[in-house]
Amino acid sequence: MSNPFQIVVCGSFVPDPLQTLEPVAGPLGPALKNEMMLPAVLDPWAGHALFEAANLAQKAPGSKVWLVSLGAKAKLQQVMMTVAQKAPFELVALDGPATGFADSFETAAALAGAIEGIAGLDRARLLLFGGWESASRGAGSTMQMVAERLGITEQFQGVDQIAVRDDGSFEVLERVEGGRHQVSVCSAPPALLGWATGNLPEPRNNPQVGMANMRTVMPALQRAKAAPIGNAGLAFASVTLPKQQRQTRIVKDVPAEEIAREIVAWMGEE
Amino acid sequence: MEKILLLAHTEADGSLGKAALEVLATAAALGGALTVGLVGEATQAAADQIAGCGAARFLAVTGEAFGQPRYATDAAAAEALCRAADCQIVVAAGTSRWLRALPGVAYRLGGRVDTHATSLVQAGGTPAVTRWFYRQRMEAVLSRTQRPWVVLLDPGCVAPWSGVSGGAAVLEQVSVAAPATRTTVTGYQAPKADEQTIRPDAKMLLVAGAGWTKKQGDGAVHAAEAEQLIVGFLRKAQASLGSSKSLVDQSGEGEAVLSCLTHLNQVGQTGSTPRHAKGLSTCCHGEEPHVVGWRFVNQRRAINLDAGCGWARGKADVLYVADAFEVMRHVNSMLGT
Repeated sequence: MSNPFQIVVCGSFVPDPLQTLEPVAGPLGPALKNEMMLPAVLDPWAGHALFEAANLAQKAPGSKVWLVSLGAKAKLQQVMMTVAQKAPFELVALDGPATGFADSFETAAALAGAIEGIAGLDRARLLLFGGWESASRGAGSTMQMVAERLGITEQFQGVDQIAVRDDGSFEVLERVEGGRHQVSVCSAPPALLGWATGNLPEPRNNPQVGMANMRTVMPALQRAKAAPIGNAGLAFASVTLPKQQRQTRIVKDVPAEEIAREIVAWMGEE
Repeated sequence: MEKILLLAHTEADGSLGKAALEVLATAAALGGALTVGLVGEATQAAADQIAGCGAARFLAVTGEAFGQPRYATDAAAAEALCRAADCQIVVAAGTSRWLRALPGVAYRLGGRVDTHATSLVQAGGTPAVTRWFYRQRMEAVLSRTQRPWVVLLDPGCVAPWSGVSGGAAVLEQVSVAAPATRTTVTGYQAPKADEQTIRPDAKMLLVAGAGWTKKQGDGAVHAAEAEQLIVGFLRKAQASLGSSKSLVDQSGEGEAVLSCLTHLNQVGQTGSTPRHAKGLSTCCHGEEPHVVGWRFVNQRRAINLDAGCGWARGKADVLYVADAFEVMRHVNSMLGT
């Protein structure tokens, strides 16, 4: 693999999945209760994209990885303390809302603008990575619009694997219906890959990588431009938690065979 | 009343899939003038299939280049259809193909897009979308002023359109030059039919939790037997398999693994939220974030050794406090061959 890539990963933070979330009405629309107090983690799918990017960059000497992240600066700094130990990258930070209620169209505009501002980025060798969805908005629409703004029309979503060939082309596996993968070959970058989970485990923390990354992370956070997301034209009529609570019948101290018989009978019911 | 464009791609056999027919039912119920836009290698059969749906126009982008699911060609076709139809509301099924292509199309048209909608209805004279946020943990109803507004509806939320076909549809072909693309679709990878564990149309979803690979009462791990029981159940019940994140993650952590599971099986916070009539959860532990995996399963039962398990209390209809190994051995035996 001799052709280096310029890999830009878009990804931000989300509330720790173990936190209880409650919507509240804020001055700019819906928000999460105590949002700034909630522990945050790098969005899981964006995380996979970052780990895949680092893995690919390692295999293609001369490659470089950027992480473009939009979120409140203080939170970004907190999350980067952990993320920076996972993989080498250069942070490009944008100071704005990372809430799930922010519109993907405006978010895409902010991200694309930040990518266009990366000095020395070779757009002909660009692989744009991100999660195929976020764990906040969960729309799976932002990255396509970022790519369109950058003029990238080779796009893949739900990616679980990229395999670069000797001729510089790469094979991509995308998730499609029915537990299958669609296999495509793209002859050359630039391209967008929206990652599902991929196949790589989360890298162990590496303090040396963390030290190296933090040299650029802190200045990047200080330089972070404001990126307000106004949600123009978008109105939320309601945001509610599901209320349905089932009356669970507890079956205890019953022989396994009897339980099995009840389950089989239930399976046969219409 | 705003004009509505239904975008649909054909399936491999040239017909419209169930998801497209579900969106047609939603579009027809909205009440505006309906245009149908079809994309595929051949489109007449699909148009004829829904000729009686009451659409004012049937448009199509047809050709070999548009038969393959691929961003560049799908986006070009959808963009051309949207421009030709000139509708304010564009609806489509949330298939992998449209989810890949239509957000970019919305950008090209200067419109907006909402995906994973579970409903699109008229509310107070304007269309309103219902969708979930934070991985199915809160539900919002929203509307937009920008047009066109592209809405992708998740499959399985409404009954498919089932009207009479109505004979041959008059199909207007929209001319689109296939855009230059560097991408070639070379095929599909899928497990062999008898190894397929993801069956979206199955009546039953079996959710396997990490407890299957933990030490059992005898102090030993029985991963091989767990796999045998799970796969045996799937074959006999023709069920689909879901898994908690903790179980599929174990393959990367050097712990006992079930080879029948991949990340594709994962349901919940970072997995899918499949729609099935019934769900049986086994050996699952955890709280709210993981339970979203079966939020859209209608009837739910769980087998767990912990009567207070967060997967089940208040979420399942029945919780069997029992050893899943033992129960599933009997279940498989009763289901026969």
